[in-house]
Amino acid sequence: MTSVATTRRRQALSRFWADFRGHRAGVAGVAVLVAAVVLALIAPLFIDQSVTSVVDTTGDDFDAPSLAFPFGTDESGRSILLMVWWGSRTSLLIGFLAALLSIVIGMVVGIAAGHFRGWLGAVLMRVTDWFLVLPSLVTALVLAAILGGSTFTIIMAIGITTWPSTARLIRAQTLAVESRPYIERSKALGAGHWHITTRHVLPNVAPLLLASTTLEVASAIVTESTLAFLGASANKTSWGTMLRGSYDFGAANEGAWWYILIPGLAILAVVMAFTLVGRALEAVLNPRLRRAS
Amino acid sequence: MTTPLEAAEPAAAQAAGPGDGRSTRSGTLRYALSKAGGALFSIAMVIVGTFFLFRMLPGDPVRSLAQGRNMTPAQLDLERSRLGLDKPLIQQFFDFVGDTLRLDLGMSYEYKRPVLDLIGERLGPTLLLAGTGLVIAVSLGIWQGTRAGWRSGSTFDRFSTGTSLLLWSVPTFWLGLLLMMVFGVGIGPIPGIFPFRGIESVDAPDGFAYVLDVASHMVLPCLTLVAVVYAQYLLVMRSSLLEEVSQDYVTVARAKGLRDDDVRRRHAVPNALLPTVTLVFMRVGFVVGGAVTVETIYTWPGLGQLFYEAISVPDFTLMQGTFLLITVAVIVMNTLADVVYHMLDPRVRSA
Repeated sequence: MTSVATTRRRQALSRFWADFRGHRAGVAGVAVLVAAVVLALIAPLFIDQSVTSVVDTTGDDFDAPSLAFPFGTDESGRSILLMVWWGSRTSLLIGFLAALLSIVIGMVVGIAAGHFRGWLGAVLMRVTDWFLVLPSLVTALVLAAILGGSTFTIIMAIGITTWPSTARLIRAQTLAVESRPYIERSKALGAGHWHITTRHVLPNVAPLLLASTTLEVASAIVTESTLAFLGASANKTSWGTMLRGSYDFGAANEGAWWYILIPGLAILAVVMAFTLVGRALEAVLNPRLRRAS
Repeated sequence: MTTPLEAAEPAAAQAAGPGDGRSTRSGTLRYALSKAGGALFSIAMVIVGTFFLFRMLPGDPVRSLAQGRNMTPAQLDLERSRLGLDKPLIQQFFDFVGDTLRLDLGMSYEYKRPVLDLIGERLGPTLLLAGTGLVIAVSLGIWQGTRAGWRSGSTFDRFSTGTSLLLWSVPTFWLGLLLMMVFGVGIGPIPGIFPFRGIESVDAPDGFAYVLDVASHMVLPCLTLVAVVYAQYLLVMRSSLLEEVSQDYVTVARAKGLRDDDVRRRHAVPNALLPTVTLVFMRVGFVVGGAVTVETIYTWPGLGQLFYEAISVPDFTLMQGTFLLITVAVIVMNTLADVVYHMLDPRVRSA
């Protein structure tokens, strides 16, 4: 029984990979992402926290790009290149963890709301709708301001304000899955709530979750940088705090275009890559979209 | 980021109640009433939520409200009783709800003025900026989305989808910084063209020249806001037009011998407009977020900047007041979207 399912799933996976390879933009996105993650992971082998220290800097203030500083320096003579590299660790970490939190909440609420049709489902949907209408950036800013800035609170603030759309998506999918006859068969054989949701519903919504996680990471990275820019940051060097610095120290007036351009391009590259991968995944997994694209 | 592309669908799914023989008018009224009830409930939850959220402030609220100002214990006690913090929590809660319902949002610590007055002052510039931005973004998005969707796969379509994906990925504030640097400050020998601070010049002239002055100050903030929000209107318009193109009635219209332009303008576009129009209201929260960022960068004296100031001081009474107002406004807009969609789309009514 299991082996049949396993073979079928393995076949589905290889078919999925073949489909995915057809989306050139998606493959390019994956390449960029792998590069970014690997760079962030190996950063401690080459540089450390000291690249963000203002005390022992070697460059002048607002140095234009040169051989020693390929992307120039900031207001205290720190290398933009090294800071972007080091900052990628914070940006990516917060992006991934916030997206994970958001997806987990969305998944649990979505499956529960779709599975339990009675008052519990109704209440859960009510709560989801309530969170959905809250202006997410404004709410996240308030949460971050009240809870104080730390990596943990920023992750919480982003996760808490972004889960409802996932919950809605997953609920719709859960409803579709549960209307299929094999769920009825499973119930007739005595399957409980736990068995149905984890063994039948979850594997069916998992592909969609994957696609929406990718898109969620992209939006979490943008939100993190926006929060940092608006002053709600974890006090660690990230792409958002760098841009905040460029604004505070008047990089535009100093003509230090590299200070504004480079961290932003880093955000753009990673976010674009996640978006492309997410869209490619959606196109592969959702037959309704396949026709349109 | 996935939301805008699907935001219209839940609205439709949600609105699709069981159809029956009721007359449409009373059905719509009943629907509107039930939606209004839901909205009131949501607003009540926001008020309750805000109360508890702002009581979660770590430490002594008076101290954090006073933010390091030197105060004697007697002054602190006085302040505490003035704020009603010496009363039991349940009493504080009812006081807060009562004050909020009477639109008494408290005094701002930073400005030493009622929060409501401050909000009233800042509302105009925000409405001007966000309204203008929204009108431009919606018309541009619908126009370009229609062209792209009608000739899907064309160079124009690929170009449009590409740019909107790019704009979609760009953080609002970064685009604002870039535009400010290029068009505001100027690069190297090229001087800046547009002012980028505030809403008017220090020596602002009167009459028509004043309008021009404000307009020139509005160019960059508006451009930033439009660039970021118009992409989603474009994408939704494009995809909903794509849905319509394959419908039978479009084929019939063509078979009748209508010109291509007429088929598009009179048959496909009106139907495809529905989800896009709903989206305008549904995503108003997103526009609000954009407005906060844009107003902060260009020091535009609007609600968004007020909220930003409240966050950075931090002035919790002011933050609480602006948060309440923004949230309630967004809830009202969303409810309107639901009801309007219900009225406009007969398919939803008699599903």
